[in-house]
Amino acid sequence: MTLLRAEGLTKAYGPTTALSGADFALRAGEVVAVMGPSGSGKSTLLHCLAGIVRPDAGTLTYDGRDLTALSDGARSALRRTDFGFVFQFGQLVPELSCVENVALPLRLNGEKRKAAEARAAEWLARLEVDDTAAKRPGEISGGQGQRVAVARALVTAPRVIFADEPTGALDSLNGERVMRLLTDASRDTGAAVVLVTHEARVAAWSDREVVVRDGAARSTEWAA
Amino acid sequence: MSPRLWARDLALGARFAVTGGRSGVLRTLLTASGVGFGVALLLLAASFPNMLFQREVRESVRAVDGSEQVTSPRPDSFLHLSRTTVYRDDVVSGLLLRPEGDAPPVPPGADAFPKAGEMLVSPALGELLDSPEGALLKERLPFEVAGTIGEAGLIGPAELRYVAHAGFLDPENLDGRGVRFGWSVPEEPMNAFLILLVVVACVVLLLPVLVFVATAVRFGGEQRDRRLAALRLIGADTASTRRIAAGESLAGALLGLLVGLGLFAAARQFAGAFTVWDVNAYPGDVMPMPALAALVLAVVPVASVVVTLFAMRGVVVEPLGVVRTSTPRRRRLWWRLLLLAVGAAFLVPLMGDVQVTQTGLDAVSVVTGTTLALIGLTTLLPWLVEAGVKRLGKGPLAWQLAVRRLQLSSGTAARAVSGVVVAATGAIALQMLFQAMESDFTQLTGQDSSRAQIVFGTDAENAAEARAVIDRIERTEGVAGVIGTVQSTVWRPGPLKGGEEFAPMTSLRVGDCASLREYATLPSCADGDVFVFLAHGAQGNPDDSHVTRAARPGATVALRDPHPHPDEPKRPAGAPTLWRIPADARVVDSRPAPTGMYEYGVLATPSALGTAVLDEPDAQVMVRLDPSVPDAAEFVRNAAADIDPTSYVTDLKDTERDAAFSSVRTGILVGSTLTMLLVAASLLVSTLEQLRDRKRLLSSLVAFGTRRSTLSWSVLWQTAVPILLGLALAVAGGLALGVVLLRLGGQQVRDWWAFLPVVGIGLGLIAAVTLLSLPPLWRLMRADGLRTE
Amino acid sequence: MSIGHTLLGLLESGPRHGYDLKRAFDERFGHDRPLHYGQVYSTMSRLLKNGLVVVDGVEAGGGPERKRYAITDAGITDVATWLATPEKPEPYLQSTLYTKVVLALMTGRGAAELLDTQRAEHLRLMRELTRRKKDGDLADQLICDHALFHLEADLRWLELTAARLDRLAEEVRR
Repeated sequence: MTLLRAEGLTKAYGPTTALSGADFALRAGEVVAVMGPSGSGKSTLLHCLAGIVRPDAGTLTYDGRDLTALSDGARSALRRTDFGFVFQFGQLVPELSCVENVALPLRLNGEKRKAAEARAAEWLARLEVDDTAAKRPGEISGGQGQRVAVARALVTAPRVIFADEPTGALDSLNGERVMRLLTDASRDTGAAVVLVTHEARVAAWSDREVVVRDGAARSTEWAA
Repeated sequence: MSPRLWARDLALGARFAVTGGRSGVLRTLLTASGVGFGVALLLLAASFPNMLFQREVRESVRAVDGSEQVTSPRPDSFLHLSRTTVYRDDVVSGLLLRPEGDAPPVPPGADAFPKAGEMLVSPALGELLDSPEGALLKERLPFEVAGTIGEAGLIGPAELRYVAHAGFLDPENLDGRGVRFGWSVPEEPMNAFLILLVVVACVVLLLPVLVFVATAVRFGGEQRDRRLAALRLIGADTASTRRIAAGESLAGALLGLLVGLGLFAAARQFAGAFTVWDVNAYPGDVMPMPALAALVLAVVPVASVVVTLFAMRGVVVEPLGVVRTSTPRRRRLWWRLLLLAVGAAFLVPLMGDVQVTQTGLDAVSVVTGTTLALIGLTTLLPWLVEAGVKRLGKGPLAWQLAVRRLQLSSGTAARAVSGVVVAATGAIALQMLFQAMESDFTQLTGQDSSRAQIVFGTDAENAAEARAVIDRIERTEGVAGVIGTVQSTVWRPGPLKGGEEFAPMTSLRVGDCASLREYATLPSCADGDVFVFLAHGAQGNPDDSHVTRAARPGATVALRDPHPHPDEPKRPAGAPTLWRIPADARVVDSRPAPTGMYEYGVLATPSALGTAVLDEPDAQVMVRLDPSVPDAAEFVRNAAADIDPTSYVTDLKDTERDAAFSSVRTGILVGSTLTMLLVAASLLVSTLEQLRDRKRLLSSLVAFGTRRSTLSWSVLWQTAVPILLGLALAVAGGLALGVVLLRLGGQQVRDWWAFLPVVGIGLGLIAAVTLLSLPPLWRLMRADGLRTE
Repeated sequence: MSIGHTLLGLLESGPRHGYDLKRAFDERFGHDRPLHYGQVYSTMSRLLKNGLVVVDGVEAGGGPERKRYAITDAGITDVATWLATPEKPEPYLQSTLYTKVVLALMTGRGAAELLDTQRAEHLRLMRELTRRKKDGDLADQLICDHALFHLEADLRWLELTAARLDRLAEEVRR
């Protein structure tokens, strides 16, 4: 079943064209790697798919809904409930403890502080970083930080996780661990993953890949 | 540490400040404008004593020299009379002159002595007279405008003044006879007490400016730290990075000095456009005291270096980044309290025995104590903020974000807000002080403005003329009613008794019953009645025998001085007219007249006494204005001036609302508002800086679907919590300081609510900073921040 | 590396003599190992037998190197198939891949698609190795990682080549 489908996405930032007619489709539960050289527009594709950025042209449907027609508020709400995010760095709120960081999306959804932090603690344990719960992001390692970020992406039980270079700042071993935990956890929960990366070894954790070149996306294995 | 190393590193830092890329230059400009603003304010404050001094100088330069008594007319002598009139709450001052020869000196600011019936006006007055607003005033000044008074004859560009050649001046109605203008200029620029007052004002109002300057040199500190980390990477040692950082601040501060001088130069051009504290000055008079100016110019750069070195204490710049000592030293309470205690120790012993006019020693203690107490309070703030936010935390998400942020770096917030504490504390204490002083000065005048609002009196040749004056005023537009009496004096006739130098005398007032009732409690009154009214010594009046020696029912009184002084020039010939006070005249009690005075003497209705027999009576008119007629008071003043240009017109007011004091209060509020605005500016800058530094984080929060409102509220709380804590501290400290300062002079607190306006301003600041941070916040939340790789 | 396909590809731009073929091959692909005439002769006779080339003419003087060869339609199809089939991902593949890219550029075929196909093939194997690694013991993991890193290096080369295709095309066509 196709969960997220994009056709002919175009997006320009001022004079720079980031996307020029990209197509994309995501089935429920699959892990798709978005690859391509830097500057090819893969991050922009992710931002469009996730409803963070509104494309200039093209269609974008999620679960039968036209994402481009939704208001900013509605897209924000969708991101809170249905999507999860992992970025390369700078995503954890430095002054909140790790467990508070993970609880953040739940609290954005209006959940009570206690309940939210209890669930956050479970996810920290699942990602093998329960010892960081009381620490602040500045006091833990990069690998731990990314796992906390993965826990935060998964805590709302999203249907799609968008991960933009999640291992970009990590060494091989830590990167591997983050990828294993991310893919395992998403398969367990049935979440689909859109994984933007330029590293083949990271992309190798996916089910298939999509290559973005000069703003156009090409799927190599996907036959709709 | 060799001076050469220092010079090298400072110079390197200074170069970074001006060439350090866009953000570095931006940071320097930010610092420079912040410091510049502060420096300009400090220089203006340092000019204030000189401004006041120049005002005195100008005033004495244009005054008639009274040091030489000229008793008879000379070719260069002139008669002069100073006239002051009020026009719609503005004071118009005038100097009336009449030359007695053909070579009178030219008044300061004039090109030539005005011709008879002409006047010179200040530019401001000229403008007023030319405009429709000045039409009524024009009627009052019976002179032709022949030119303007130059700067030399004015105190400030906005002064309303005229110098007129008044032919009606005669030796009877003048201030004096003069031959030249200009008193000797006072030698001391300012007395010691005035300087001390300025120093107190500096402490209270300018300490926050210094705090602001200290904050300004730290603008953009985080970016700078990153640059320093890069320097460490290529081999600079820790001490060197600190010196380089100091050099950067120094460059900003020096640039700030230039900006400040520029702003000051610009601001003094506008000195004449505003009238603050009744002071309105020419740009040339706005000149900082050299010592204070030098102090400002020296302190600011030095402070910038010291502050930077001090701020770098808690920061370890490592080659690969900046490490803030992760668990910052717990802020200690004792030395902060010690400062406060020492300040109090200076003030408390002086309680109750300080007179404002006392020697300088006490004032030094007051200033030292106040300064220490204020600094103590300010240093208490970081501790309070730290201790305060540690206990916070439970609450909605926005609150949690703000509180956690403050917990992690309470110092930044506290530093920015410490200016609020000084400004607000000082403002509250000063407000209390001035309110107490003001109520001293605004004690009830005893005047009853519900009975009459304007008093006017003039000499008359005879009773008929006096009567005509009263009628003329009564008919004037805007007059609802008058209390008019013709006044004269009665003497005891007959030879002087032993020990008497002059005959006993008392006043005689002739008027209708309604007017007479304003002076005494009359059981009944009909035309033909006569009363003797006694004040019984009230208000320090002489006791009743003073009256009864001259006037009793049935006694005969003289209507002219039976024993005039031999020097009296206009000694009329013949015996004085005598009048018998009817034996059935009643003795009654005086009551306060609308002027608040207990008068005493004889009251007579018109037919009891042929007023024609009165000798040189006065007309006394108390006017009730028609409140529905705008400018009613101006019509009366015009009529009065027309009747007698040398007459005096007084307004009756229930309370003496000393305009100077209310403008001082306004001044304090304006001053503290300005300083708080500075604080708001630095808060805004640090908030924006923090937002910019967290561009990525904000974008990823947006990706998570964080609502604008959540982050907006968090910015609000982040601003509000430290300011509210600061205001709480300021209210407590300000009230305490105010009480102590009041007790020094043995005063009581009049108004415990003096802090409300200051708190209001503080709340306004919170709102302003939050509102101004929102647009950049929302712009940063547009998720463009994610695309930076 | 398939010498036969390479020679076929060189013939696509026009008939050549045997010695021409050798020189063209050496120039472009034989940087460290020039072809022997014998290799050319035997390869060409195999291609002749399979009908992928025909003899277009013989120059005076005889000898195998004097024959002029031309590619047949079957030969063109064979080159196309070869280019489109990804190589089995294995270490030190780049000489073959380089040859393929250059030939594709020379014959006006899509070199980028070629690289993409190869990348997909690499990734398919990497995915398999990753899966095996996840389920295996430490020895499996180490072995798989070795292969993964090598494949990744190849892939990086592919990326790099893809990024420089325009310049390469310019040089090849010169």
